[in-house]
Amino acid sequence: MTNNSLPDLPGCGVSTPPERPPHPAYLAVYLLLGIAFGVVLSRSEVLSWYRIQEMFRFQSFRMYGIIGSAIATAAVSIALIKAAGARSVAGDPIQIPARILGRGISYAAGGTIFGLGWALTGACPGPLFALIGNGVSVMILTVLSALAGTVTYSLLRPRLPN
Amino acid sequence: MSRWLSSTWPWYIAGPIIGLFVPALLLVGNKVFGISGNLSHMCSALLPRKPEFLRYNWRDVGLWNLVFLAGILIGGFLAAHIGQPHDVAISPETRAALTRLGLHDFSGFAPHEIFSWSALLTLRGFVSIVIGGFLVGFGTAYAGGCTSGHAISGLANFQLPSLIAVIGFFAGGLAATYFILPYVIGAR
Repeated sequence: MTNNSLPDLPGCGVSTPPERPPHPAYLAVYLLLGIAFGVVLSRSEVLSWYRIQEMFRFQSFRMYGIIGSAIATAAVSIALIKAAGARSVAGDPIQIPARILGRGISYAAGGTIFGLGWALTGACPGPLFALIGNGVSVMILTVLSALAGTVTYSLLRPRLPN
Repeated sequence: MSRWLSSTWPWYIAGPIIGLFVPALLLVGNKVFGISGNLSHMCSALLPRKPEFLRYNWRDVGLWNLVFLAGILIGGFLAAHIGQPHDVAISPETRAALTRLGLHDFSGFAPHEIFSWSALLTLRGFVSIVIGGFLVGFGTAYAGGCTSGHAISGLANFQLPSLIAVIGFFAGGLAATYFILPYVIGAR
């Protein structure tokens, strides 16, 4: 697989090629960051079905404030990293791989299908796991069903428009 | 500290903290913040025979992210055990609208009347838990990302594909909220 075939990689969580297996010390850092993120998802209540309903019903600014300020913070951070030509701790130049637009159908159609699921479950993938941690054990079935959805997509992929 | 950790954070604290995970992952290991790829990584790791989309070295590409995901689960568990549980203080309008649809119990992060093992075989439970999950998995794989990968990482990097995806997220979310959920929640 060459660098030009990046869209063949699962998009959410792609990282810059070439890939190397992570050093165990880094895995410990990712684990700690994940734990922190799980706490943040819980305390911000963005994992709550009620908050998602509030958002889609335009009855509270809260979720828009959270997502908007998260994007703004990330955008400023990325701009600073690019301006400084910063390198990662491992010494690699930091790059965010571009997504290939194509006709854009996969983004529009896939996005809409995910949006339906987001409102029905009240959770996107990160919150699904944080909810299981919070004791909403039936979400294990939601995760299994999401895995079935991913497999179904990968089987139908040759026949779906991009 | 523990009191702060157990309370609900205001949006202007929670949002920037979430945003800081993007530079943190870039600076640690040149990784792009995005959760839903983990669903593909799990399928790639678990399936004996794989369609082409899932044929890649999941350890090299996704092990870091699976470890991050395991952390999220642990973080959720820790959060549940810090301080007293309390209801989500949603707006009175939302509460009234959901009450009209037939919800009574507003405790927890998700309504027990929908998201519980005893509700699984009701229409609203099955549609929300099982069909909803399937759409999350199918949609994020098709779109190549979810709220974290497209809405936060993608929009923060001014990527047009992510903007299209996020518009789709809202189109789908609004459609489900106004045209599907009223019939699903109202049914037994």
